[in-house]
Amino acid sequence: MANDPIHQFQIHDLTDKFHIGGYEFSFTNSALFMGATVLTITGFLLLAARKAELVPGKTQSVGELWYEMVHNMVRQVLGPEGKKFFPLVFSLFSFVLVANMLGMFPYFFTVTSQVVVTATLAVFVIVLVVLVGIWKHGLSWFKKLFIPHGVPLVILPFISLIEIISFLSRPVSLGLRLFGNMLAGHIVLKVFAGFVVSLGALGLGGMLGAIAPMFMAVALTALEFLVAFLQAFVFAILTCVYLNDALHPGH
Amino acid sequence: MDASAAKLIGAGIACIGMGGAGIGVGHIFGNYLAGALRNPAAAGAQFTNALIGAALAEGLGIFSLVVALLLLFVA
Repeated sequence: MANDPIHQFQIHDLTDKFHIGGYEFSFTNSALFMGATVLTITGFLLLAARKAELVPGKTQSVGELWYEMVHNMVRQVLGPEGKKFFPLVFSLFSFVLVANMLGMFPYFFTVTSQVVVTATLAVFVIVLVVLVGIWKHGLSWFKKLFIPHGVPLVILPFISLIEIISFLSRPVSLGLRLFGNMLAGHIVLKVFAGFVVSLGALGLGGMLGAIAPMFMAVALTALEFLVAFLQAFVFAILTCVYLNDALHPGH
Repeated sequence: MDASAAKLIGAGIACIGMGGAGIGVGHIFGNYLAGALRNPAAAGAQFTNALIGAALAEGLGIFSLVVALLLLFVA
């Protein structure tokens, strides 16, 4: 069914399956676009930094803007201590941003619309946060995180319970937010494009009626570009916020 | 009731949650704009916080959408 809005998220093999150590591997379209994402980021940033000038050209300006935005974000949320996490946050932001943006091209696969990819990124971030917290503060980090200062003893168990639940739901919400946004956006785009096609097949009256969903599809494409950027930004800044909990617990 | 009919009704009910997320995001940006018009000098520094709040509120709506899609296509 070509009009199926879910069809675009199907993963299919591009090469024959091969076996390594008893596990089945194959090169899929998802892997292809993940590679394309990494190549785009690396290629663009190398191009932008190739000949650095005092007065930056077009490419260099974009590169500097990109770098400075993430740098300001890390400095604002994490403070001077967060400097060593800048490469991580920059990599995460760049990967999610370019994967989202590549997904906006017609017939391109959106890597971040697979829950496997986003959940892996989210679990990686949360495991890192726990490790950094234990490394910086020892096991008392959990005490600082889950038992806030200045809370009356009567409501402390409830507050602790809420804090624990909110901590445990972080990897789920971090991964599902990105996945859900990209999935929902792409489904909506295909549904409105499907309206245009099926109305246009009805003849002249249908074609006139198809003008409205056509403009809607154009407007939604613009909105999706905004969402693609915003979700990458939100993913990076939530990474910073969670890392901030590891570096400076107890709010 | 037929099981597949119950699934479709459940998916529709799950989507009500997205309306709640819409109310939440609208509240956040509406209040941000109201604050920004009162004190434009402080607006720029708080835009990041507005985005974080909007993302957190929107995430809950996305969860209900994911539940609806799971009911429609997976369960």
